[in-house]
Amino acid sequence: MTTAVKRKKPMSSDDVFNAVLVAIVLLWLVIVLYPLIYIVSCSFSSGTAVSTGKVLLWPVEPGIGGYKIVFSHKAVWSGYANTLFYTVFGSIISLIVTMLMAYPLSRRDFSGRKVIMTLVIITMFFGGGLIPSYILVSGLGLTNTRAVILILGALSTGNMIVMRTFFQNSIPHDLLEAAKLDGISDFGYLLKVVIPLSKPVISVILLYCVVAHWNAYFTPLIYLRDRNLFPLQLILQEILSATRIDATQIADSEVLAGIANQVDAMKYSLVVVATVPMLVVYPFVQKFFEKGVMIGSLKG
Amino acid sequence: MTVKRGAQAKPVLSRRKSLLHRIARDWQLYLIVLIPLAYLLLFHYGPMYGVQIAFRDYSPKLGITGSHWVGWKWFNKFLSSVQFKQVFSNTLILSLYSLIVGFPLPIVFALILNALRSEKLKNTASTISYIPHFISITVMVNITLMVLSPISGIYGNFYRLFGGSGYPTDFRALASSFRHIYVWSGVWKQMGWDSIIYVAALSSVSQDLHEAAKIDGASRFKRVLHVDLPSIMPTIAILFILRCGHIISVGFEKAYLLQSSVNLSTSEVISTFVYKNGMNSFKNFSYGAAVGLFNSVINMILLLTVNFTTKKMTDNEVSLV
Repeated sequence: MTTAVKRKKPMSSDDVFNAVLVAIVLLWLVIVLYPLIYIVSCSFSSGTAVSTGKVLLWPVEPGIGGYKIVFSHKAVWSGYANTLFYTVFGSIISLIVTMLMAYPLSRRDFSGRKVIMTLVIITMFFGGGLIPSYILVSGLGLTNTRAVILILGALSTGNMIVMRTFFQNSIPHDLLEAAKLDGISDFGYLLKVVIPLSKPVISVILLYCVVAHWNAYFTPLIYLRDRNLFPLQLILQEILSATRIDATQIADSEVLAGIANQVDAMKYSLVVVATVPMLVVYPFVQKFFEKGVMIGSLKG
Repeated sequence: MTVKRGAQAKPVLSRRKSLLHRIARDWQLYLIVLIPLAYLLLFHYGPMYGVQIAFRDYSPKLGITGSHWVGWKWFNKFLSSVQFKQVFSNTLILSLYSLIVGFPLPIVFALILNALRSEKLKNTASTISYIPHFISITVMVNITLMVLSPISGIYGNFYRLFGGSGYPTDFRALASSFRHIYVWSGVWKQMGWDSIIYVAALSSVSQDLHEAAKIDGASRFKRVLHVDLPSIMPTIAILFILRCGHIISVGFEKAYLLQSSVNLSTSEVISTFVYKNGMNSFKNFSYGAAVGLFNSVINMILLLTVNFTTKKMTDNEVSLV
């Protein structure tokens, strides 16, 4: 009996402290997850259950009526296709431009390094702003084209500096000396040595670009007018801020007949449809993202 | 003195590495940097050149340099307009509020995660808390509005669940609650993600310091305050400088999306004002450019000042550039 009493030590102040921390963290997880679960549950509930506030945690009168409307909506499809296009090609362009700038700037023996780096840093402190950018883009004839979405924002200074820091700190300088002795060119060195050795930072920057393109709202809002070019985020905002669904957009007549009942659930379904691709990819790439933040935190 | 560099140096250039010599030597690197450099000059410096329309009466027909100079006309118009005080103070209050709430919370969260005994809970909690970062602003704003709906949202449901009858006040339609919605939805989205950098910094805190403090009888709480927190101070300082450079800038997207005709008195900020005056309804490019320039100059001065001060205070240890 005495041993039993002994084993049950009184709670120390550290135990209490830990318990408080656990409680705070759990509370925060509930705050983060509950709205997400709620939205998903609403998207699988009937429109009337949603609009009368019956959904608390799990779907009420479960069904996929909301999703049926979303997927028979023409603009949603074109928005999805556009977003995929912008995300794939925009990210590749952005990655290449970033890499082509980061690599020369990471070379300590590059004579133009200081001047170009200064030019880059100035843009971190000052920019022309929205209106002059708009005038420039329309002067180039790029407004209302797919190209503007792919090109604008291709060079993010922050990403470039993260990449440059990685090139500088993680690729041994001796390697360059050795490669030079073997007569390798600067292009060859970039392709055969730098890129293979920089897979972590390249994947991180690529993922940053993918997320940025997928979620982009501002640039398309400013520069696109043709609805056929709109990415999903613009379509989503347009549908969600309207009180009624544009019947001409619905292809399926059967869906159209039952639409009134499902409008409310449809909005939730749309939110889920627009977000799921990012959240599905997320667990697989999470480690990369963390790494990216850490690479970026090293001063080069 | 002449041909010391051996075969690679040509006799003509051997006296000193002239600029031409260096460009000739590094021509491949210059070629590589050509595309991004051209991009930088066109899309980052191009608008800086165009910002002169803030001092002109821009008309698309005459072009940037062809339009007439009007000096400070647009700046005076903005500073003396009825909206100036409101737009400027909205921007300032909103970003200060975001800073005061949004800056320390990720630090606190990181300290809490780091002090947890269970490694497993720490990992799960960080993974889950990053999720909202990947949700777009459009979706996040709409989720916020859906959740806050007094009829069908979590807010309304809980109100009735705990005995309220009918529908509670619709906060979304109140100008006075715009700032709270703006700031706290931002905390929901960014707190976890913003804490990563501090968690990383905390993981490199020396265990010896903790052991020594333990021997001196410091509790875990004391060690958070006197070991963990001081060791991430440099990281905090750098991120603080970065944040200060944006004190007078409120991002366009979220403010614009949360805006409605009823909350304009608190939700109209400089960026949305520029958009509406410059592009949307009035298409007064010069006026929009002037307001934007006014804003970015203030930001630049702030950033430079904060950077300079911290540089002085920390003997060059903490600085951006």
